[in-house]
Amino acid sequence: MTNAGQPSSAVSPMSPATGVGSHQPANLGDILERVLDKGLVIAGDIQVNLLDIELLTIKLRLVIASLETAKEVGIDWWEHDPWLTGGNRDLERENRELRGRVAELEGRRDGSRALEAEPRAAEETEEYD
Amino acid sequence: MTESRGVWLYAVTRGFSPQDLAGLTGVGGEPVRAVEADGLVAVVSSVSLDEFGQEALRRNLEDLDWLAATARAHDGVVEAVVRAGPAVPLRLATVYLGDERVRDEVRARRADLEAALNRVAGRTEWGVKVYCGPSSYPEPAVADGGAPGRGAGTTYLLRRRAQLSARETAERNAAAQADEVHTALGGVAVAGRKHLPQDPRLSGERAWMVLNGAYLVDNSRADQFAMAVTDLERQHRGLRFELTGPWPPYSFTGIGEDGR
Repeated sequence: MTNAGQPSSAVSPMSPATGVGSHQPANLGDILERVLDKGLVIAGDIQVNLLDIELLTIKLRLVIASLETAKEVGIDWWEHDPWLTGGNRDLERENRELRGRVAELEGRRDGSRALEAEPRAAEETEEYD
Repeated sequence: MTESRGVWLYAVTRGFSPQDLAGLTGVGGEPVRAVEADGLVAVVSSVSLDEFGQEALRRNLEDLDWLAATARAHDGVVEAVVRAGPAVPLRLATVYLGDERVRDEVRARRADLEAALNRVAGRTEWGVKVYCGPSSYPEPAVADGGAPGRGAGTTYLLRRRAQLSARETAERNAAAQADEVHTALGGVAVAGRKHLPQDPRLSGERAWMVLNGAYLVDNSRADQFAMAVTDLERQHRGLRFELTGPWPPYSFTGIGEDGR
């Protein structure tokens, strides 16, 4: 088979992608797809519903799991997630503004309480929202 | 204090020799052994129920590291068994409470297992994934602000609509091509299966997977199959092909194969 003028191809009958006959580890995603979802299903004594495994919710458990394993499967969303890469300026600004607003409201609330503690005779005008 | 043990089932085969499993390590780092039942051989490991019992299993399956290691170990054993002869791979996490239970189940499903073994004997599964890249979505040519009375907003909307319909066309086109590919490969294979495209968040692929196919191919036709994939790749310039395998016949263990 000649390769002249042929664009690089992922197809090569001489180098299988899995471990059999070669020492290249197979793509973990391809393995998971087969062992979790294919293969013969015979009822065992231990009841396990593999469809319950939300591989996406596994993302949430990455705090304890190895990030390298995750990347191997192709889960590397943290490298593109604006929240984690600091790309979400709007959200940060909104947060700051809200915090400022809360502080302002708390200040007014605390101020109005101080007023109520004083004798009624010394009424002062105060603007409340 | 005795630890509770279960039995993890990897695959079922026949005509087994002890050296086929010699030195093999499976899930949980446990050795691999055989349980025989009426001419069929169940390939198993004894496992601790502390790790593989009901609750522990549920918990562990959600742990990506544990899942990855266990999946690789399971597939590793299945691959070794398939190297020695026809075998039916089991899905992950089939656990019994003892060898007798394994024998019971193998005997109960004997007809299905024999049929599956006959179906896969002398054959290998290959995977073909086909992707349609964003470069396959042509940018439509929309005249900019030519017509009188057409403002920037209208021009934008018209361009957007042209883009969307160009993309729809490209997608429909790619899907049609994927069907052609699947049919062509099915012609070389004994049977073909279209699986759901992999979740892009799992595969890490930006491109759109238009075909996730699995094909059961006579071992004598493996090269012919690979050539067919190369030829199809040449014919379908807008698509990218990925051939994986050889795999144990995970996708072809079911009953009622119709080759679709």
